[in-house]
This record gives sequence, structure tokens and C-alpha cells, in this order.
Amino acid sequence: MTIVPLCPLPIMQHETVQMAHGAGGQLSQSLMQRVFMPNLHNNFLDLLDDQAKLDLPPGRTAFTTDTYVVSPLFFPGGNIGELAVNGTVNDLAVGGARPLYLSAGFVLEEGLPLVELETIVKSMAEAARRAGVMIVTGDTKVVGKGQCDRIFINTSGIGCLREGVNLSCRNLKPGDAIILSGTVGDHGMAIMTSREGLSFQSQITSDCAALNSMIGAILDEEPLEIHAMRDPTRGGVAATLNELAQSSSVGIEINEATIPVKPDVRGACELLGIDPLHVANEGKVVVVVAQDKAGEVLDVLRSFDPGRDAVIIGSVVGDHPGMVVMRTLYGSRRIIDLPIGEQLPRIC
Amino acid sequence: MPTPMKYIDEFRDPQLARKMLEEIGRKATRHWTIMEICGGQTHSIIRNGIDQLLPDTITLVHGPGCPVCVTPLESLERALALAGREEVIFTSFGDMLRVPGNARDLFMVRSAGGDVRIVFSPLDALQIARDNPAKEVVFFAVGFETTAPANAMAVYQAAREGIENFSVLVSQVMVPPAMRVILSSPGNTVQGFLAAGHVCAVMGYAEYEPVALEFGVPIVVTGFEPVDLLAGILKTVELLEEGKAEVANCYGRVVSREGNLFAQEIVKKVFEVNDRQWRGIGLIPRSGLGLREEFARFDAETKFHVTNIIAEESPLCMSGTVLQGLMKPDGCPAFAKECTPQHPLGATMVSSEGACAAYYKYHHHIL
Repeated sequence: MTIVPLCPLPIMQHETVQMAHGAGGQLSQSLMQRVFMPNLHNNFLDLLDDQAKLDLPPGRTAFTTDTYVVSPLFFPGGNIGELAVNGTVNDLAVGGARPLYLSAGFVLEEGLPLVELETIVKSMAEAARRAGVMIVTGDTKVVGKGQCDRIFINTSGIGCLREGVNLSCRNLKPGDAIILSGTVGDHGMAIMTSREGLSFQSQITSDCAALNSMIGAILDEEPLEIHAMRDPTRGGVAATLNELAQSSSVGIEINEATIPVKPDVRGACELLGIDPLHVANEGKVVVVVAQDKAGEVLDVLRSFDPGRDAVIIGSVVGDHPGMVVMRTLYGSRRIIDLPIGEQLPRIC
Repeated sequence: MPTPMKYIDEFRDPQLARKMLEEIGRKATRHWTIMEICGGQTHSIIRNGIDQLLPDTITLVHGPGCPVCVTPLESLERALALAGREEVIFTSFGDMLRVPGNARDLFMVRSAGGDVRIVFSPLDALQIARDNPAKEVVFFAVGFETTAPANAMAVYQAAREGIENFSVLVSQVMVPPAMRVILSSPGNTVQGFLAAGHVCAVMGYAEYEPVALEFGVPIVVTGFEPVDLLAGILKTVELLEEGKAEVANCYGRVVSREGNLFAQEIVKKVFEVNDRQWRGIGLIPRSGLGLREEFARFDAETKFHVTNIIAEESPLCMSGTVLQGLMKPDGCPAFAKECTPQHPLGATMVSSEGACAAYYKYHHHIL
């Protein structure tokens, strides 16, 4: 026999996100206690103040922000939480900063299973631990069904800039070597092939990774005359090289035969008619370095897992300023342009 | 070094390509103009810079084989009207979404609230219809003989399963009638053709034999990789030098003389030959496919009464001249000026197979 209480207690243990989870009341507190605090806690967050009070090392500070809306939330090789931490860590690292502190803002759609939120927060904690950064302040809002796609995450990050390191996309000089830290297109194709409606199976895994240790190693060693660094995310290596060439008013020449592409990424790109150079990466860096130091930089990059396939793909030239030109396998030349918009699979 | 990929890398072998280029240079004793039919071939040629590597004796002109480019503005305007309707889920190959109509494209309809979805196969569109019985699912059935079998199969399946909330907006065209138009044009310069390998995979190449005979031109079935293209060009040059107007097959790993009989059968069952408008070119008699009477209820144009929508093209756009090989894309006064991929005047600047898009993307009018 079941006894039904005449005056039932309010339900506190929900399986999914409710509007009340974002209303600042008891349910908001329970979300903090059940999901966020156990995973992310640290000396700053534990105080539950509206702001984190930080002691920054002397010198210049780097500050960045990015918002993550990837779909699907979970993909081979990672999830939106891990991506949100690694992406912001990498944005700091490629500027020559040591990433220190992150904020995390969550927009949750009503109905999101709490177990999914928990998995995402857990992997943010794990990614932060691996990258050696702390998530020191945060915020959660809940919006109604259909007002966002399950979960959006914003992370901002602060890092301290290394002294004497001056990286800028305006620093490229003719003669510099262009180094790419590994295979292109892994993240974008992992996302594309795991989306609904694309009914072919693949083993493509996202390269989502924090690069600050590897980048630190090439900046902290003897000065290696690194002129610029960029992580080739949206728009892929093609967009990054174009931005570098335009900002420095120099030309860039790359060699088709040297571009590393994993076989299954290449296969999927062939099938969909997409250029791997236009596909997003989340664990790669383009390094522009004085030619005579390129070998040393390569050696350091290759000693790290995310840089094991690092290779020189080309060089900076004085000709055709603002343009990226590729020497094809056949010795002809073609322009590598910015992608126009959304990558569209071809018709036949 | 990239890992070798079967059926691709051996057809991208730079050494083999170099040998064939030398061979073409040796065989060609005078100037020849050759048209590659298919936009996929055009892109491969420009992407790999084959046009830069060929000897001066060979001029390649680019043909009309880009389904997105030749889909008439009228069909596009009808698609835009359908896609904006409350009850419709509009499905299309991705390529069509960026093609400009008079004032908008399908992306703009989607951002205004239209349910526009990219599918990879018309059978996926049919599945969307099964999953959404309260909605009307329309598929934009464009393309040459390559897309016709799957498009026909989707309609055939819909009829067999009684899926009445599925329909197709048809703009199917065929290669041989367009070749005849090009060869009959007073300004024609084309002396030989690279026939589109994928079209021939479906249709075979017997239907090209009368064209070769009637117009006295060699036609060589050709694939898409650099070595395939060079093999096709070499064979065409050999036939031209020998004065032979015949059909040859240089894409034997995919194409047979009779083609894919199952595919042809389903196309015949569902479609019948009709007159078709080609964007930029105009009406070509008996150059298209329309649904047969017994499948007419799956015709989106009549189902949703959009046949009254008519449209006119920009007078600045010369894509018709380009599509017939009478002008190179960078010969157009609007190229890279009024007309860019960001602000296209015609579909040839948009489609991934369009000749103007290929020139803009890889040559950029500078190199």
C-alpha cells in the first residue's frame, strides 16, 4: 500500500533542468551544491562571493573570452565543457600568456537532463586540472524550451604574459617558416560526421586539447625567435594563414605535399567535397618562426603528444602580400582563400 | 607524408601526371580546344592547376555540367516560395542554399523562419516525411543524370508506401541535348569533349556515339582526378590528331558502355523526357525530365500551385555564355567586380561546381 501525503513537499530532486534552477532560490542552490561545487570547487569558488579576488603576478595580463555552442554536445574526442576550457586556455596561450584563471557562464535550456550537465561540468573540471587553470567565478541562467540549444557556455580567461615575448599577427617577415603542430580538420570532421542526417560511420576523433604546456615549452626555452602563433579553429588553417598574411602585409606560400591529414578525415572530406584546410581544429597551433630556428621549434613540439605530427608547411614571402598560395602536388599554384560561409556538402 | 588512399592516390600521382603532360605536348601538333562537360571536372582542373601545366596547344573550355548553375531562376523562385510556407519542410542538397534568387536565397528564407534542411540523399528527405506526417516535405530534385536515379527512387518509394506528404520540385536536365546546343552554336569553338564520368556511370556512353558521328567530334569519357583528366585530354588529342570522331572510355573503373541498367530503369519508370529551361541558356527541347502522369501527385509545383511564379535573370550575368564555353569566367566584365561569391549575380559564381566560382576561388584573377 502506498501512502500519499495530503500536503506534499516541494520536489527538490529533479532529473532535468527546471526554470526554477535559474531563479536564485532553493533550486538554484541545490544545483550549485549538487553539480557545480563538488566538481569545480577551489579556494576562490568556495567563498561563493559574487566575484573572485585575484592576486596577479607582476607584468602584463592577457584577457580573452569565447562562447561555445557546439552541436552535438557530446562528440568523439570530447564535449562542449572540455572544449570551453581548452579553447579559452589556447586563446591565452597563443598570445604568449600563462593561463591562470577562467570564468564560466552557463545558459541552460529547460529540460536539459541533469546527468548531461554533470558530465559536462566534470569534464570542465578535469580539463582545467590538466591545463593547470582554475575556474574561479561563474554564473548560470535557465531559459525556456526552444530558447537555446540545450546548453551554451561562455568562458573568459586571464593569464600573465611572459616578459620579453612579443607575439603578434603583424610580426611576420619574409623568410620565416610556417609550422603546423599536427593533422588538419580532425575537430570539424568529428563534429560533421557525428551530426544527425549524416549516416556514415567514421572513427574520426576531435583533437580538442589544451596546448599551453607545449606552447610554454617553445616560449620558455632559449629565445627561439617566434614571431606569431594562432590556433586554427573556425575557418581552419586556411583562415588563419590568410589572417596572418593580411595583418603583416606579406605573402605566404605553402606546399600541398606537406599538409598532414589523417586518412579518415581525408576520406570524409573527399566524400563531402570539403577542403580540410577549411575545417576547424581545436588542438593545433600555427607557429611562425625565424627560418634558422624552425628545426629547434619542431623538435620541441614533437616531444609533446599534441605536437607529435608537427611539420613545416611553408614560408613567408615578399610576393603577393595578403595572399596565401599553395604549390600543388603537380607544381602548379593556387590561391588558398578564406572560406565563404558555412561548409556545404556538395551535390554529386 | 599523407597515407595512401586507394582509388585516389594512384590517380593523383605527380610523376604519372608529368609523363602524361609531356605526352600531350608531344602528340599535339597544332592547337586544339577541348570542353570538359562537368563542373566537378572544371574544379579539379583549376584546383590542381592543370590548365597552367598544359602545353599552349591545348585550350580547355568549361562546360554546362553544373546542376546548380543551370537550374532556372524560375525553379529557384518556386523553391523560395515553398520553403517559406508554414506547413512545409523544404529539403535540398546543400549546394542550392546559397544560390541567389531575385532578392533572396534559401539561407535567408531559413533565417526568416522557414524550415529548410540540407540532406545528402532524397531518401533522407523521404525519411523526414515519414517522421513528420503532419508536415509537407518537399525535396528540390535538381541535377543531371547522376541525381535522377535516387530522385526517381524517392518518388517511387513514396508511391509504394503511400507517403502522401512527400513531393519533389523537379529540375532534372540531361547532358546530350546541351552538347548538341553547344555544337550547333555559330560561335562554337569546341573540337572535342571530355564527357562527365559520373553521368556516364549511370547512362553509359552509347548515347554519345550519334553525337560524335553527327558533329564529327571525339568524345572521351573522363574521370575527375588529375591523372584521369590528363588521360582524357591525351586520348582526345590522339583522336583529334588522327581525325577520328568517335567515343572512347578513359574511366573504365567506373563506366561501362551500357551504364547502370537498374538506375536507368527506375528513371524511366518515374520520369519522362520533357522540354526544360536552363539558367542562362534558355529553353532546350527534350533536355529535361518531368514526373510521369502516374506520379504527378508528387509534383510540388502543381500540388502547391506555384507554376504561376516566373522570374527574369540579371542582364549583367553572362553565365549562359560561360556555360556554353563561349567565354571564360574572367572574360566577363562583371567577374570579381559586381559579381563575387559574396554578391553573386548568377549561380556559376556560387555552386561548388560553378566555373566562375572555381576561377574566383583558385585563380582569384591574379595568379
